Amino acid sequence: MGAYVIRRLLWIPVTIILTTVVVFLLVRFIPGDIVDTIQAQMAANGGAETVDRNAIEHALGLDVPVYVQYGRWIGKIVVHGDMGTSLRTQQAITPQILKRIPLTFELGLMGILVGLVISLPIGVYAAIRQDTITDYILRSIAILLISVPSFWIGTLVILYPSIWWGWTPPMEFISFFKNPLGNLGMMIIPALVLGAAQTGGTMRMTRTMMLEVLRQDYIRTAWSKGLSERVVVLRHAIKNAFIPIVTMIGAGIPTLIGGSVIIEQIFNLPGMGRLMYDSLLGRDYPIVSAINLIMAILVIFTNLFVDVTYGWLDPRIHYQ
Amino acid sequence: MTTSTGTAPPAKRAEKKRHGVIYDVFSRMIREKPLATFGLAVIIILLFTGVFANFLAPFGMNEIHLLSRLQPPSSQYLLGTDQLGRDELSRLIYGARISMIIGLAATALSTVLSVVIGGVSAFIGGKLDLFVQRFIDVWMSIPSFLILMTIMSLISNKSGTVWPIIWVLGVTSGIGGSRFMRSAVISIKSNLYISATDAIGCGPVRTMVRHVLPNIMAPIIVSFTIGVGGAIMAEASLSFLGLGVPPNVPSWGSMISAEGQQYFLTAPELALWPGFALSIVVFGINMFGDGLRDLLDPRLRGGVGRYTMKPSMLEKLKASVDKYDQTH
Repeated sequence: MGAYVIRRLLWIPVTIILTTVVVFLLVRFIPGDIVDTIQAQMAANGGAETVDRNAIEHALGLDVPVYVQYGRWIGKIVVHGDMGTSLRTQQAITPQILKRIPLTFELGLMGILVGLVISLPIGVYAAIRQDTITDYILRSIAILLISVPSFWIGTLVILYPSIWWGWTPPMEFISFFKNPLGNLGMMIIPALVLGAAQTGGTMRMTRTMMLEVLRQDYIRTAWSKGLSERVVVLRHAIKNAFIPIVTMIGAGIPTLIGGSVIIEQIFNLPGMGRLMYDSLLGRDYPIVSAINLIMAILVIFTNLFVDVTYGWLDPRIHYQ
Repeated sequence: MTTSTGTAPPAKRAEKKRHGVIYDVFSRMIREKPLATFGLAVIIILLFTGVFANFLAPFGMNEIHLLSRLQPPSSQYLLGTDQLGRDELSRLIYGARISMIIGLAATALSTVLSVVIGGVSAFIGGKLDLFVQRFIDVWMSIPSFLILMTIMSLISNKSGTVWPIIWVLGVTSGIGGSRFMRSAVISIKSNLYISATDAIGCGPVRTMVRHVLPNIMAPIIVSFTIGVGGAIMAEASLSFLGLGVPPNVPSWGSMISAEGQQYFLTAPELALWPGFALSIVVFGINMFGDGLRDLLDPRLRGGVGRYTMKPSMLEKLKASVDKYDQTH
């Protein structure tokens, strides 16, 4: 176990370096030149003024070879924690992102928690009533939750209450530190919509794992001792069935991040996803790369954390 | 004489059995899996609507009736009209065609790509495998929706077609999906019959195409089916944000788009129908894929006594399958 963790930790720098390369190249080697796009946009915004191509390239630092660009970019990040400046506002990117991280994290965490609170009991219940009509309905609901697009539910959640009761979500963002209850109240619906797809997946996984555990010898022993169903399920089965859920949560993080872009857009929340979307529309690629990098590093560490926790929770697992 | 009559019947029987697999799967699906059958029906309706969209739709997909904007449902416009005076029902029907084309084409591309990358990486192994897998680790650690959005916003789509999104969806999910194909090939590779191909002098390409590929057909078909649902969903999400298909193309995602939101207050059903269509199609595909996996891949089938496997192995298998499930 110790050796496994150390080996995984040794790979982390390699993975992160490769990630920076991929993230850096993602916005540079794709058909459709950034300079063309910016030139077209500047021309459109500034009227007939012709903008010099070389000037834009110089301003973006694109007039040097690619590896020099990469070196400059990565050097600033490592030495100063400086992720560059925005093309539009000319402001430093790092503080802008730091300001928006808490909201996206809160949204994601709440999405996961709400999803677990709903999906675990339902998954367990579907398993202990396997192949009954209840099981069938619950399983269909799970797949339905995976299949319904979050942007549609989000739109409907905004739309119908405002038609029926004239209710609209608050336009002004309520900070958690100023008004914790108001903040949670505002975040709960976006978190529910964000967690919906996750909920379906976790429900299915819980059911499968629960069925697997219920088939084990020690559960048969528990039954034959004459224990009640409640005790067998709650004391003997669920502890073992819940272990793989950790993997599930870890695997869901990338989807959750993608979903937060849409949810923040619909519910007008000033988080990282919103910043990402606005920057994409404004062709503000330094911000896009910065967010891609931060999210990728977040995923890398979540995966590590999940794998290690999994081995720790389940002593039967041995990493070679 | 005797030898020819002796060998002919087994060959005939084998022929019959091959034909029987497809028949067997579908007849068992209809008998045992009502929800998967429902999914199959949804898929058939989608394909029918998509193929015959121009006969089914009462109006053209971009036919604008300026005098009847945001009309409520009427006998002329069965589901009403949108903010530009385009018939909602017609756009819904053409949307089925777009979803069908993008779903099938992007997933076909992604499946071919993932089989090639995963297959070659697993088959050659060694340093190449290590290198390719590190790259895929990195690729999978960047949330795929962020990659999709980034690339789609970079591509200046001057052609006004759906080709860019097909390429982007196909390549992006093909690279990620190769991990699953790799593990499928690795599990086949250690079989005796693969060593036997080596012994009788098959080259690597022949072994791959003739002996490995047929044996991983079940996971390929299942991941293709579920992949179509994922691609349709991804396309709709991107189009919702305005980063998907060009504006003149009717997509279910862009019909619910953020820019349409202001009109939904006057005509809320405009937001309702495309979402219904999308949900039912993706639900149907997922249900069908789920049932297909149960029927095609006996290793993953539930039930007591159907397999003997160490619990830890099984758990790992289940975890990897569900992880795969989750990402698609």
